Amino acid sequence: MAITVSRPKLNWSERLYLPAIVAGMVITLKHFKNMLFGRTKVTMQYPEEKWDSQLPEHYRGAPALVRDESGRIRCVACQLCEFICPPRAIKIIPGEIPSGDRFAKVEKFPNEFDIDMIRCIYCGLCEEVCPEQAIYLRKDYAITGFTRADMVHDKSKLLEIGGVMQGVVLKWNEKK
Amino acid sequence: MDYVFLISSFIKIVALFAVVLGIVNYTVYAERRISALIQDRLGPNRVGPAGLLQPIADALKFLAKEDLTPGHVNKFYYWLAPCLAMIPAITTLAVIPFGSTLFGVPMVIADINVGVLFVFAIASLSVYGIVIAGWSSNSKYPFLGGVRSTSQMISYELSLGLAVIPIFLLLGQLRLTEVVRYQIEHGWMIAPFVGDWANPHKWLLAIPMMISFVVFTIAIFAETNRLPFDLPEAETELVGGYHTEYGSMKFALFFLGEYVAMITGSAIIVTLFLGGWHFPWIPDGSQGWGWGLVNIFVFFSKVVVLLCVFIWVRWTLPRFRYDQLMRLGWVFFFEIALANIFLVAIILAYFPS
Repeated sequence: MAITVSRPKLNWSERLYLPAIVAGMVITLKHFKNMLFGRTKVTMQYPEEKWDSQLPEHYRGAPALVRDESGRIRCVACQLCEFICPPRAIKIIPGEIPSGDRFAKVEKFPNEFDIDMIRCIYCGLCEEVCPEQAIYLRKDYAITGFTRADMVHDKSKLLEIGGVMQGVVLKWNEKK
Repeated sequence: MDYVFLISSFIKIVALFAVVLGIVNYTVYAERRISALIQDRLGPNRVGPAGLLQPIADALKFLAKEDLTPGHVNKFYYWLAPCLAMIPAITTLAVIPFGSTLFGVPMVIADINVGVLFVFAIASLSVYGIVIAGWSSNSKYPFLGGVRSTSQMISYELSLGLAVIPIFLLLGQLRLTEVVRYQIEHGWMIAPFVGDWANPHKWLLAIPMMISFVVFTIAIFAETNRLPFDLPEAETELVGGYHTEYGSMKFALFFLGEYVAMITGSAIIVTLFLGGWHFPWIPDGSQGWGWGLVNIFVFFSKVVVLLCVFIWVRWTLPRFRYDQLMRLGWVFFFEIALANIFLVAIILAYFPS
């Protein structure tokens, strides 16, 4: 059923438009004035001000490999992260640790560890699945590059972002 | 003597052109900054200090862009239209007295005795730029923009013309320098605070002048296609209106033409109603060239203030619907302006000063 919407009956000052126009202009003038004197809070001036200090603890930025306190790359190249990674951004080529090494019992280390940051979706599954606490999502978010090749983080880049992780389980140091 | 006239005219033309184009560029910048501040944004603030070099960057961008002519347009008129949009707006500036005198030279390029008539004659031509652009683009949105523009500009030209008649009933002539001289002697048209300001006759006349001023200003808004009346380009409904098919410098000419028309319109309003280059207690150029420069500065300050009002209105009001626009033009402003003429005539006839 059609509904007839009754139009409001305007009195003469409303039909003149001018009071409404002046009221509108006063409103915009107020906004202008508040902006001019800096009373309105506006968007962050990005390159000068950054998010870094306000990022929450659980922020998921770029994934990175970490070293432990003795300087060993914690990754043992088990490739679980490579398997779990939903967009398949991780590529690992494992290598073998020579028998004379202090950590020879670890047996494997990543010879190459690439994360394609164009594919990465920052889901954090690699961090969750890692049995060695070797990969963490850090707070870096401005990942840029001029070519596709630039956007692939190799092992050295990942270790540079990751740095040293303190206070994690050091199971390989005690085992004989 | 002739050489003095030629050389001084040439210098005036070049200087006025430079000043106006400078104001145009910075009006675009001001528009973007003021609109941003009104909408709680910041606007362009990256190029140069506070974004002041933004107009230069914009101009370079426009000049460097590929000048594309679409295949389906009427080439001749397509190229002609941007020129037709720009030229009338600039030409009108020739008759506007933008200062008193400087070194004894009157600061108006052509002090002709049909001043206002010339302004209307040339300003009416600016509709051709838009109509030809809309038609030659051979595309539906520009066409609709052109059609709207024709009817809108013709409708509002009427109230524009009728709104200034009271001034010329009062003065008896059309020369714009005389309008300014009258306002110096008897006070500004809408606020007769100077000259013989205690005369109640002047205040009685200020009432119809105020009506004229409001009607004229609103008609100028419509003539320059500024926002409450920007139906020819209406982005939200006509994509871009008459300049949809235009790009690079040809688009820039339309864009700048609109702003030049705004400056011209403001200059006419200032000359007719706000005392031209006159400001109380500032002597004219015969007292020394410094005062002459101050007069020019006063004139352009008034123009800039009006331009800010133009921008302020644009970012406050929504667009009129088409039938509202026509109704406003033909039913209200036309009648108000007409009644206003009679009001002034009655005041002049029965309440002599």
